[in-house]
Amino acid sequence: MDVELQLAVENLLARYVHALDEARLEEWPEFFVEGGRYRITTAENFERGLPLSILYADSRAMLRDRVRALRHANIYEAQRYRHTVSSTLVERHGASTVRAVSHFQAVRIMHTGESMLFATGRYLDVIRLNGSGGKPQFEEKVVICDSRRFDTLLAIPL
Amino acid sequence: MSASDPASRVWPAEGLTRVPYWAYQDEDIYRREQERIFRGATWNFLGLEAELPQPGDFKTTFVGEMPVVVARDETGELRAFENRCAHRGALICIKDRGNAQRFTCVYHNWTYDLKGNLTSVAFRRGIQGKGGMPADANPESGAPRKLRVATCCGLMFATLSEATPSLEEYLGPEIAARVRRVMKEPVRILGGYSQIFRNNWKLYLDNVKDTYHASLLHSFFATFRLNRLSQKGGVLVGGDGGSHVSFTMMRTDTGSDEYERAGMRSAAGGYRLEAPELLESVDEIGDGISLQILGVFPGFVLQQIMNSLAVRQVLPKGVGETELVWTCFGYASDDETMTERRLKQANLVGPAGYISMEDGAATAFVQRGVRGAAERAAIVEMGGRGIGSDESRVSENSVRGLWQAYRRHMGL
Repeated sequence: MDVELQLAVENLLARYVHALDEARLEEWPEFFVEGGRYRITTAENFERGLPLSILYADSRAMLRDRVRALRHANIYEAQRYRHTVSSTLVERHGASTVRAVSHFQAVRIMHTGESMLFATGRYLDVIRLNGSGGKPQFEEKVVICDSRRFDTLLAIPL
Repeated sequence: MSASDPASRVWPAEGLTRVPYWAYQDEDIYRREQERIFRGATWNFLGLEAELPQPGDFKTTFVGEMPVVVARDETGELRAFENRCAHRGALICIKDRGNAQRFTCVYHNWTYDLKGNLTSVAFRRGIQGKGGMPADANPESGAPRKLRVATCCGLMFATLSEATPSLEEYLGPEIAARVRRVMKEPVRILGGYSQIFRNNWKLYLDNVKDTYHASLLHSFFATFRLNRLSQKGGVLVGGDGGSHVSFTMMRTDTGSDEYERAGMRSAAGGYRLEAPELLESVDEIGDGISLQILGVFPGFVLQQIMNSLAVRQVLPKGVGETELVWTCFGYASDDETMTERRLKQANLVGPAGYISMEDGAATAFVQRGVRGAAERAAIVEMGGRGIGSDESRVSENSVRGLWQAYRRHMGL
């Protein structure tokens, strides 16, 4: 195992979930390359080869639109997530990119104090190692939720 | 008679312009709905025919809370029957979908054909002359109930009641024409998911039929002038009030400033999409209608939001919980560009939908808000007190239609 590579990927994932869980949504698109793809789907759709996503963006501009809508247009009760990412497997994919598969759990904590296991699943990532500023960035991030059910709404990205 | 006995519930004297809050939270009312509405004289949506293209294809779903198996039999006919073994009541089929020649209950191996007929009872005659059922036993007497299945342009519906009129009559000509408009050719399923609403099923239906809220709650819509009430559109109420269609014409916003003058949150925006391709749509049906929401009592919604097409099945999961099963689709004839357009526009709908995520929250706000007020009632007087069709969507006509149908079925 390439320890440095492993640590670089885990560090990217850690910074990613810290930004989401601390509501620094404006930083979220910056974890992606300019033409980066992000989508959330279900294991059921994924395994049946059905292309539908719950959320789908194929550019950083679309991610920024999502953040703007979450900040200024969409209505949802105050809430946050606590992500746990684990079991990251990394493999080389070309000279400057790697593929990584990780497990995630997201607990959703409502302003009322209600906490629930909101989503569990896998991150399937394609990561460019020397993205902008020399830091790794996602070329693609596919969030595959284990369950097909979503409680109430999904506002904050996973 | 206890205070919560459904027979003791009396609808407010104002009639259709009031919805008593007990309707959303009374357990006895909920049980009566299962019997009178879902297992009564209504057509319940089961899914798309495209889910079951081949003989032997099946899926499991629900009619109200009742589990059902839907299968295409050897002759290609669609069948639906209760997913309950004649023996001890266990589920006959425990898979979501698949292809089978028969169904065998795992508990004691009783077997059913694709029509839901009990075809074999394991060890019915015992083993080596010992055990088994008496010769005069009639295990078929407990067989799962069969439902009548009817389709309309690839949509599958079922009813348990012999008293339900034909599906065509149930929908009425106006609504049926609006179904045909979207289901105009063979479809291709793009995928699905479920959204859990923490509220009574009728609050979701209410929300779907409430054209008044759309541009006020969903500010993404209004900011991008997708569906401001000043745009040309209308509402049609069909059948006995339980079915409706609301629609919006493309690019007909008159540019009036009612929203701005009213200081509405939904007009305050002014920001632009950096990636406007999300909203680039084509008038594929060719009639200029950019948005059509069609609801059929008690639990079906057909959606066309620009090029995002979907069916939604409303499943009650207890008095205060509802599962909304979304299936998004395109046409079999779609090219790659069209499919990509539909997948992008799917961002508008579902639990993370730019213009639908608030529905899950708003209806639950009602459920939470009325907890101490079972004897109070909602006021439903926008657009007057009737249920006729309306050119204005600042109207609650179709909401009143829903409650008229509801009360008729419930005898309330």
